[in-house]
Amino acid sequence: MTTSQEPRNYPFGEAHRLDLDPAYEELRRTEPVARVRLPYGGDAWLVTKYEDVKAVFGDLRFSRAAVLGKDVPRAVPNIQERSSILSMDPPEHGRLRKLVAKGFTMRRTEQLRERAQEIVDGLLDDMEKNGSPADLVEALDMPLPITIICEMLGVPYDDRREFRDWSDRALAVTAFTPEEIQGGFESLQTYIAGLVAERRKSPTDDVLGTLVTARDEGDRLSEEELVNFGVTLLVAGHETTANQLGNFMYTLLSNPERLAELRADPDLVPAAVEELLRITPLGGSAGFPRIAVEDVELSGVTIKAGDAVFTGQAGNRDPEVFPNPNEIDFHREGNAHIAFGHGVHHCVGAPLARMELQVAIGTLLRRFPALELAIPADQVPFKKGRLVRGPKELPVRW
Amino acid sequence: MSKWQVQVDREACIGTGMCAASAAAYFKLENGKSTAAQDFIEPDELVVDAAESCPMEAILVRDGDGVVIAPEV
Repeated sequence: MTTSQEPRNYPFGEAHRLDLDPAYEELRRTEPVARVRLPYGGDAWLVTKYEDVKAVFGDLRFSRAAVLGKDVPRAVPNIQERSSILSMDPPEHGRLRKLVAKGFTMRRTEQLRERAQEIVDGLLDDMEKNGSPADLVEALDMPLPITIICEMLGVPYDDRREFRDWSDRALAVTAFTPEEIQGGFESLQTYIAGLVAERRKSPTDDVLGTLVTARDEGDRLSEEELVNFGVTLLVAGHETTANQLGNFMYTLLSNPERLAELRADPDLVPAAVEELLRITPLGGSAGFPRIAVEDVELSGVTIKAGDAVFTGQAGNRDPEVFPNPNEIDFHREGNAHIAFGHGVHHCVGAPLARMELQVAIGTLLRRFPALELAIPADQVPFKKGRLVRGPKELPVRW
Repeated sequence: MSKWQVQVDREACIGTGMCAASAAAYFKLENGKSTAAQDFIEPDELVVDAAESCPMEAILVRDGDGVVIAPEV
């Protein structure tokens, strides 16, 4: 296998709607462990085979913590100094994760299904009342996950305008300046620190309150970890699900056959959500690098200690694991996609995201049997220059 | 103190490896899924943490009397 050619630039280019850049598939065929050149910090490896992506996620010899404070290959100018659970390795990672894991298990999440249904019903009542057409992003996609995560964490829903704006900046790659991105994070930290201070005066039993107690009574995390954990949960708790809900509805509404299939058989909704998770590349940029802490072999290529590895967007489209990977098929057997990652960083909110997506999509299709895009699919505007993809607005009519 | 029983539901397990990373003495990944290294262990809070942290609630810990210690109901 040759790896001597000039590294390709990575990310391959601005993400176009929900397309997976064809370079991924080409590399998987020709150079599954490829050298790539990042805009900042030099060269790295990019893996494109499902098994290699899973190996990088699951093998603790690939460290997330090793990126902190280092000029590692990356898509943004800023060197990451701010530590969060996303950039921690075991055992520190587990110390933090277990503080909240209980609140996010499948069973706990199922207990929230009724509440999610109530929220969706209320939002769709409003949408109906305001009449066709509507922007699905503002009518449903954003308010559902924001309401749920606000209630779980104990963040006032009325503050959403502010924290959505900060979160939008914090998750930018090129959409804002490095100073604005940094400013977004700092505003979120100040905001969460304020909520923490309130809990010290009057304790609460929400997730933030639990974290405050864990800090003050158990000394199980530092003040900085507490605040950054709150920020991560708030941001990750809504941006991902909200954007995926928009992405999924965009995909369904622009695929009449799949949409008709789902309408005809609502029992397919959970399988459809899994398939949409598999096929939708949520990431809009390079994603998070890992650093090899010792030499590791992947598909016959030695990753040297100190090298950075990106897992890209292509694992879920590997034909060796998913036959006809670019087809949307609600009947896949054993759809073992890695949309939520794998290994210790496997998304803590995965059961919650699944439940919200199932409730939202199921209810929307049931209540609005004539729902369709109000503008041609190729005119739906998508956000640009951000870590996650999603429609800016999704005009629908019924 | 009597021994605790550790069980992993391999049907439910999705192989995130969280337990094997946080309580390596008690869990290992086999063919991509977790399995208990020993079925009966000396009491150790690490397995309780692992059971509480498992996103699939695939780990069950019982005390010597067969009472479920984790995950919490």
